[in-house]
Amino acid sequence: MNKMNKKLDTMTGAKALMTAMEKEGVKQVFGLPGGANLPMYDEFARCDIRHILVRHEQSAAHMADGFGRVSRKPGVCFATSGPGATNILTGLATAQADSAPMVAVTGQVPVNMIGRDAFQESDILGMANPAIKYAYQPRTAAEVPDAVKKGFYIAETGRPGPVLIDIPKDVQINEAEMDFPDEFRIPGYHPWTDPDVVAVKKAIEMLLHAEKPVILAGGGTIISSAFAELQAVAETLMLPVVTTFKGKGAFPETHPLSLGPIGMHGHAEANRVMAEADCVLAIGTRFSDRSVGTFEEFEKRLKIIHMDVDPAEIGKNQTTQVAVVGDVRASLRIMVKLLLQQAVKKTEETPWIKHVKETKAYWKENLKLHPGEMGAAKILRKLRELLPKESVITTEVGQHQMWASLFYDVIQPGTFFSSTGLGTMGWGFPAAIGAKVARPDVPVVDIAGDGSFSMTENSLATAVLEDIPVIVFLLNNFTLGMVAQWQRTFYDRRMIGVDQGKCPDYVKLAQSYGAQGIRAQSMDELDKAIKDGLSSDVATVIDIPIDPEEDVLPFVAPGTSLSDMILPS
Amino acid sequence: MWSILSILVENKPGILFKITHLFRSRNFNIDSISVGITENPDYSRMTITTYGDQHQVEQIVKQLDKMIDTLDVQLLDEHKTVFRELSIFKIKLSNANDSMKINELANAYGGKVHDVKKESIMVELTATPDQIKAFEELAKPFGILDVARTGVAALQRSGA
Repeated sequence: MNKMNKKLDTMTGAKALMTAMEKEGVKQVFGLPGGANLPMYDEFARCDIRHILVRHEQSAAHMADGFGRVSRKPGVCFATSGPGATNILTGLATAQADSAPMVAVTGQVPVNMIGRDAFQESDILGMANPAIKYAYQPRTAAEVPDAVKKGFYIAETGRPGPVLIDIPKDVQINEAEMDFPDEFRIPGYHPWTDPDVVAVKKAIEMLLHAEKPVILAGGGTIISSAFAELQAVAETLMLPVVTTFKGKGAFPETHPLSLGPIGMHGHAEANRVMAEADCVLAIGTRFSDRSVGTFEEFEKRLKIIHMDVDPAEIGKNQTTQVAVVGDVRASLRIMVKLLLQQAVKKTEETPWIKHVKETKAYWKENLKLHPGEMGAAKILRKLRELLPKESVITTEVGQHQMWASLFYDVIQPGTFFSSTGLGTMGWGFPAAIGAKVARPDVPVVDIAGDGSFSMTENSLATAVLEDIPVIVFLLNNFTLGMVAQWQRTFYDRRMIGVDQGKCPDYVKLAQSYGAQGIRAQSMDELDKAIKDGLSSDVATVIDIPIDPEEDVLPFVAPGTSLSDMILPS
Repeated sequence: MWSILSILVENKPGILFKITHLFRSRNFNIDSISVGITENPDYSRMTITTYGDQHQVEQIVKQLDKMIDTLDVQLLDEHKTVFRELSIFKIKLSNANDSMKINELANAYGGKVHDVKKESIMVELTATPDQIKAFEELAKPFGILDVARTGVAALQRSGA
């Protein structure tokens, strides 16, 4: 476009930031003001973007992350310079580890103060570098629109991730003639590759000739919304579907071909089937150690077909026989099309599928569960029973998270989110708030544990004051339960640093913030509490005391293979 | 496996930091690095030499390629590449004819002699790392006082 023909408006960098974000469709920002971002905060008085105040910047980042994962558009968080910026680092690293689209905007000390160790100066570009997809630091006001445009583009395209825009205070204040570009070039960035049709053909051949083929769906399947395509491939080729934990719910877990997540705390049937398979179609996964157990064992038996948008993932952790680089939805679409053309449609139940179904049925019947009334499985199945299928789940990190993986079946694909890569305790609650902002029409539940929830519980203030009625479903064992489980299993029951006591009283805590607090000590009370939570106009914390001795089982110990599960005795 | 990577990057502040950070965070070691602006002032070329098995080197190439600031990443085949490094040696002079001997040695390797003093002499040598190593071995008996090396600069031969 010819710049000369465009009428350029003169405005401040701060105003340009807000204008550029409005052009990107931003409706709200999660954040906390401070000295170095006051000029951009002042612009909230003059624009339609809603500001949602947090009590700690880490939560703002997690809210933006939750919003981004659910809406598949970058969530935005604001923080001031120095400690404000360093407080979002964990949030950035979490989003990066799980490929979540996010744009974080930090204030910075004025340009001429950078490098002088000024008050509340931190080299956030240097610190954040390995925790983000990209960063911009406009040094003049006129650079702001370009940074925002490119920042949003980078955050949401290809393999999504967090982008940091660090804006010195004088750049926010200074005026310039602003050009908001419609077109732009980022010469070193090629987010999409066209999938190679020949490779997809090879993949089909391999799957057709395998005796014991299986699909392993990863988080990338959810990010690219390849749900229908995945289901079509699975049904056409009659392939059992296991997922990674991040891929949980990429495929309806109530489907007859579904076996659920594999991995350290995978479903017994999924781990068994994965350990027997001879060929895997791996979709949008990086073969994390938590998923595959040992890398060597995993690839020894297996022919691996790997579809991924990120070419750097091919061959990183596993040797692959066929690689299909490109958006996995596009790759699966090609596969569906080719299968239609070749008129491939398996209807006959192979011995493998028969075996898979028997394995599934066996474990459904025979996995020993906690005998008490308030065992984790019963609690989570009750939640599943009462929640509408379109409800969105987030989780914290710990035992409850793995119980959710084991016992909460995702019916509608793409409704389950967790901090799976970085494993960030405290993520679930603020992420639920972000998710609820993205989907106010559906119930949003944070499946929580007491250790994790207490890390960001002050987000209750945000949920109450901003009318964001999420439900915290708190499996409370008064313990850092997962650590306790490892101490019981590997450290001869020496329990060090895991006792949280009955502190705080989560019902009173919720009430003190103006939220609804309910304690559920029986299944009847739980039933009522969930219903009360679902009909509530304010956020609800359901405190569910459970047995601190309950372990998450099955358990594949680190460094062992999926076939070596520890099972309930 | 000794590998030469040629990386074309945008000529912007902070890129060298990001590249070296990538090596560090992925647990790769940089053997040598040289950076210079190209004929187009918007771009710089970095030449990095590193050791690693094939899988590691393939990984680092992919990770470098993925970086938004890199425009082109090549793993150079040393047989199809012109690669040289500049080195400067400061060598001790102990005996009367050391100066002459070092001069001869420098000549044999195509080096140049500078800063001849009573106690020391400097040799500038532009060569492959192997040749520099060989020169170093031969100069050692005289007593090497100091060495400065630039790291390898490399370009693929035309038509290769």
